[in-house]
Amino acid sequence: MEHPLLANQTSVTSVGTKPKGIKRFFRLLWKQRALVLMSVPFVIWLFIFRYVPLWGWIIAFQDYQLGKELWDQEWVGFKQFEALFNEPRFWRALRNTIVMSFINLVLGFTTAITLALLLNELRHLLFKRVVQTISYLPHFISWVVAAGIIQVTLSPDGIVNELLLRLGLIKDELLFLGIGEWFWGIYGASIVWKDVGWNAIIYLAAIAMIDPALYEAAEMDGASRFRKMWHVTLPGMRPVIVVLLILNIGYLMESGFEPQFLLGNGMNMRYSENIDIFVLKYGIQLFNFSLAVAAGMFRTVVSVILLVAANSIARRLNETRLY
Amino acid sequence: MGDRVFETCNYLALTLLMVVTLYPFLNTLAVSLNDAQDSIRGGIYLWPRKWTLENYRFVFEEASVLNATLISVLRTVIGTVLTVFGSAMVAYTISRPEYVLRKFVTIAFVLTLYVNGGLIPNYLLIRELHLIGTFWVYILPGLIGAFNLIIIRSFIENLPDNILEASKIDGAGDFRTFFHIVLPLCTPVLATVSLFTGVWQWNSWFDVFLYNSSYEHLSTLQYELQKILSFSQASIQRVDFNAAAAQGGIGQVTPYAIRATMTIVASVPIIMVYPFLQRYFVQGMMIGGVKE
Repeated sequence: MEHPLLANQTSVTSVGTKPKGIKRFFRLLWKQRALVLMSVPFVIWLFIFRYVPLWGWIIAFQDYQLGKELWDQEWVGFKQFEALFNEPRFWRALRNTIVMSFINLVLGFTTAITLALLLNELRHLLFKRVVQTISYLPHFISWVVAAGIIQVTLSPDGIVNELLLRLGLIKDELLFLGIGEWFWGIYGASIVWKDVGWNAIIYLAAIAMIDPALYEAAEMDGASRFRKMWHVTLPGMRPVIVVLLILNIGYLMESGFEPQFLLGNGMNMRYSENIDIFVLKYGIQLFNFSLAVAAGMFRTVVSVILLVAANSIARRLNETRLY
Repeated sequence: MGDRVFETCNYLALTLLMVVTLYPFLNTLAVSLNDAQDSIRGGIYLWPRKWTLENYRFVFEEASVLNATLISVLRTVIGTVLTVFGSAMVAYTISRPEYVLRKFVTIAFVLTLYVNGGLIPNYLLIRELHLIGTFWVYILPGLIGAFNLIIIRSFIENLPDNILEASKIDGAGDFRTFFHIVLPLCTPVLATVSLFTGVWQWNSWFDVFLYNSSYEHLSTLQYELQKILSFSQASIQRVDFNAAAAQGGIGQVTPYAIRATMTIVASVPIIMVYPFLQRYFVQGMMIGGVKE
């Protein structure tokens, strides 16, 4: 800032020329009407499409019947939550959500970090580029296409069954998506297939920022390739890994919706149905709107708590470790 | 010695990754280009045995598929243009330090990263607004995302200050500055946002499923594919395709071949576009990653 005396002087002169408070605010608003015109219509949009639905949460405290206005509905207090917590299917959906989030977290991190390390060791730059480009591809296709491809690959006459048969590991074709217990594994493999290349980008960027002098020093000490990976590259990635890991814990209640919905079927439902699908089935298909909103609300509240906690931990670590 | 072994293993592992990633696509492509009756015998891997374009001809003779392609293209183009334009405009206003509503607008958008009403309240809102059964249900609900906004804003803030100042001194108002100076300078970040929005619009199917599933004329390619998948998943044959096939006359298609062909049709635009945009999205991710 300016010298305190100068700053003082300007504020003294401005008292006389600029009116204060609400009047000043509106005068500024009028002066900046171009900026207002450019942003306020979108803020109105935001309130309608993002904030008005929050009102819908009161449905969780009602016994919502289609065809009646929101305010004419019968109020039932916490009855819907009681019903929800007494519903075994809800606990199963909660379990599936958390388990699949963990799979996502653990597999997602380890495979992406490994891929980044392997790519970093490549000396052949064209090969590196080709591998990277191909590995991004599944990230960009829709889950519908991915699910179709996964279904064909795992079908009784798909390539996986054929390979296993040829290798003599199985005697009959397996119906992979029909075996509930295997769903979590299939889910894990699917998300890795789809996103490992994409997730590796951020780690490659972190590796690129490591000071080359560290490698030279390690070289002089006679460190082997593995030792350099272990003692230089991995520690260099650590801040990014820690921050991303913490931020991802904030998404523990969101295991995604599309893979479970598209690969799920009656036979694996006990393992594939997560909270999102529970909400969809109870709400849109069974018209039990109130119970569905209660489930969604429960999830959002836990999610927000996790997210805020994760963000504040990450910010604190950010200050002490990254800088 | 250990180095050599590692090098070889590394190349092998990454080659395997490429094979696992690409094989399903190439296999689907081969099936879509192979005679449908012949495909039933199995044994199609990377190359069609009996080449034919019959499957594609059949798929595109379905009026519903043609119409779905049109809707997919429309929502991708219109949705992307409006999202990018709107996001850039709002981002510009919240990058102006003198703007009185700056804090308010920023916080209003950022809060939406944390809370949202969820499926049912959103559904009820869309119903109240009479958007069900309209094209705009694909565009309006996802118009501006807080994340895009932050990315563009930090890009604008990193532009050299004197460019914007010079424009102010020349007497240009905010509209002029935005259209003639900020928009052209933001091309790299807007390209990134366009790519993501475009891919997201093209790939969306859930909004069609949720809001417009009984409005055939508003169906998209992804949703048509999803219907085929969910039918064959439940091992119910898709009625209209089969009925058409049973009538003979038009080739001998099978649900299996139709599914492969539709899969290719729904993913080809993305496969063709994404390698060229690689530079932009890696760049865009860096901007987002560093600033956030």
